[in-house]
Amino acid sequence: MISGIFHTTYEKDMALRRTHAQKIRIVIVIVFLLVFPFLANRYALTLANQVGIAVIGAIGLNILVGYTGQISLGQGGFMAVGAYTAGILTARFGMPWWASTIVACFTTALIGTIFGIPSLRLKGLYLAIATLAAQVIILWVVTHWSALTGGVDALVVPDPKLFGIKINTDFNFYWVTWGLVGIVTIAAVNLFRTHFGRAFIAIRDQDIAASVMGVDLFKYKLLAFAVSSFLVGLAGALTAHYRNIVTWERFTVDVSVLYLAMIIIGGLGSVTGSYLGATFMTLLPVLLTNLGRAVKTSFPLIDSILPFVQQAMFGLVIILFLIFEPEGLNKIWKNIKDYFRLWPFSY
Amino acid sequence: MQRGFISGLNSSHIKPGETQLRIESLQLNFGGVTALIDVDLEVRQSEILAIIGPNGAGKTSLLNCISGLYHPQRGRIVYVNDREHEVTRMRPHQIARLGIARSFQNIELFRHMTVLDNLLAGAHIHMNSSLLSSLIYWGPAQREHIQHRRYVEDIIDLLEIEAIRHNTVGSLSYGLQKRAEIGRALAMRPSLLLLDEPMAGMNAEEKEDIARFILDVNEEHGVTIVLIEHDMGVVMDVSDRIAVLNFGQKIAEGTPDEVRANRHVIEAYLGEDTSVFPFKFNKSNNNGS
Ligand SMILES: Nc1ncnc2c1ncn2[C@@H]1O[C@H](COP(=O)(O)OP(=O)(O)O)[C@@H](O)[C@H]1O
Ligand SMILES: [Mg+2]
Repeated sequence: MISGIFHTTYEKDMALRRTHAQKIRIVIVIVFLLVFPFLANRYALTLANQVGIAVIGAIGLNILVGYTGQISLGQGGFMAVGAYTAGILTARFGMPWWASTIVACFTTALIGTIFGIPSLRLKGLYLAIATLAAQVIILWVVTHWSALTGGVDALVVPDPKLFGIKINTDFNFYWVTWGLVGIVTIAAVNLFRTHFGRAFIAIRDQDIAASVMGVDLFKYKLLAFAVSSFLVGLAGALTAHYRNIVTWERFTVDVSVLYLAMIIIGGLGSVTGSYLGATFMTLLPVLLTNLGRAVKTSFPLIDSILPFVQQAMFGLVIILFLIFEPEGLNKIWKNIKDYFRLWPFSY
Repeated sequence: MQRGFISGLNSSHIKPGETQLRIESLQLNFGGVTALIDVDLEVRQSEILAIIGPNGAGKTSLLNCISGLYHPQRGRIVYVNDREHEVTRMRPHQIARLGIARSFQNIELFRHMTVLDNLLAGAHIHMNSSLLSSLIYWGPAQREHIQHRRYVEDIIDLLEIEAIRHNTVGSLSYGLQKRAEIGRALAMRPSLLLLDEPMAGMNAEEKEDIARFILDVNEEHGVTIVLIEHDMGVVMDVSDRIAVLNFGQKIAEGTPDEVRANRHVIEAYLGEDTSVFPFKFNKSNNNGS
């Protein structure tokens, strides 16, 4: 039988799906990330750490919402579980930061799975409300279980140490954050090359057909909650060790909405989109603040309304995005790539 | 009828002609509507059984009971592979794991996946690598992927969809989507394949292609096929046996010739009009071609 296979082996065909240009882009990004900390000032490194943590959290949320189609408003709560577990274990029990981080990931995965149980019955907005309940319950526990969490007071976490070196500068922490971003990225990309990831997407696209194809909806929906929460817990734990302080205000429902905005703006069901959205949503407020400062010097009068203007701008940008590119930054990125693909001699 | 044999496309181990699926006095109601009344039916290994009947007769409901999407109020469904399994109360994914695959009347593909990924998703029950090895994608997970990829490519060849394997299914024409859906069901390596109107809305040429694929899968791989189809020409040519449903009741069952001659069928469904048998598509001439 003659078949239209263009590559001699499937291994090659699979590998070649990653095009030449894609490989070059990946190499450029890696080189940039390796060189960046040596060129950047402290402020840029702070931002880079924030972006890195947000990327991990966004990939986590995207696995659940973008890939599996289970809307979650519990992100803030799950990050709180990660941050408090890591913070408490290190601050109160003297556990090394990396060990408390691992425990935090598994704890959050477990809590996330428990709060994912309603997804077996609920979909869409109803599930969103159920996960909002998770958010509210978790924060209530955090603020009321003072003996363990410190309640509404801040929990102070000592500086992390690795091989005797204190990781107390942005430069040092950068390697932790972005090393983990790298691992998480590879794991997420791999996940969606295998039957686990395909089952998640199948559930999102057509759950009845998925079940008839042999996908156990109960198992895989809960697994999506577990994998997602594991990563969200990691983002939470990193927040605790990076900031040396854990407070409940960092994990309110605003955070849940912010992360949803990240993946919607970045691109649902896309790892690249998670990167773009997390970067954009972390840097936009910074940009607006700096812009505000610049404007303030020439127009001192607007000083008092500046915060409101910034908030409004933030909202406006998001709305404009949703109107003009509902498929997110990732779609714009794809369009750019397609544009260059059509260029003569570009490959 | 001695066609069936065990091959890559077929996971069944029972002999051709033996009972593979037994439906006993099945009754299904939706509130006041009775979709199936006391239906008895047997499906035999390696046959093509057509289910015909007017719209609303209960054909799709019957398939939905078999694949576990509907749970009948009365009666039972027994499936035989290595032993007898009562599937009446099982969940859909458990039934799938026994080797029953299907396509849907209204295409239910995973729209945002490529054709290839849809087919790989169809092979889900055969993939066993652990979550950890999947995340690392090294060793077992990668080997498993390559092995299934090779297998799925055979189905792609069989269905002649090589050119579109990397296309997102949402962007394909209706006919190609129907084809991809059959491919996804085949990727499960089913013992029993349920096809709900796989040729609906197609032109004569497309129908002929699909009929050829169905015969290929059945004759070369011995896969048992239950086919719901409205085109009488195709049904008469392709099937070994035909069951006729009308208002939720089975009113006839037999070979194409028997059903064609059946008075109830003629009255209830076919009418006096003999032009409903236009096709001259002879099954025995299609062997191995
Ligand atoms: N999910 C459902 N809820 C209510 N009624 C249904 C449902 N599915 C099928 N029915 C009813 O059952 C009867 C048989 O439908 P169906 O099995 O789809 O027929 P066919 O496939 O033969 O056209 C119809 O009267 C239909 O309205
Ligand atoms: Mg129907």
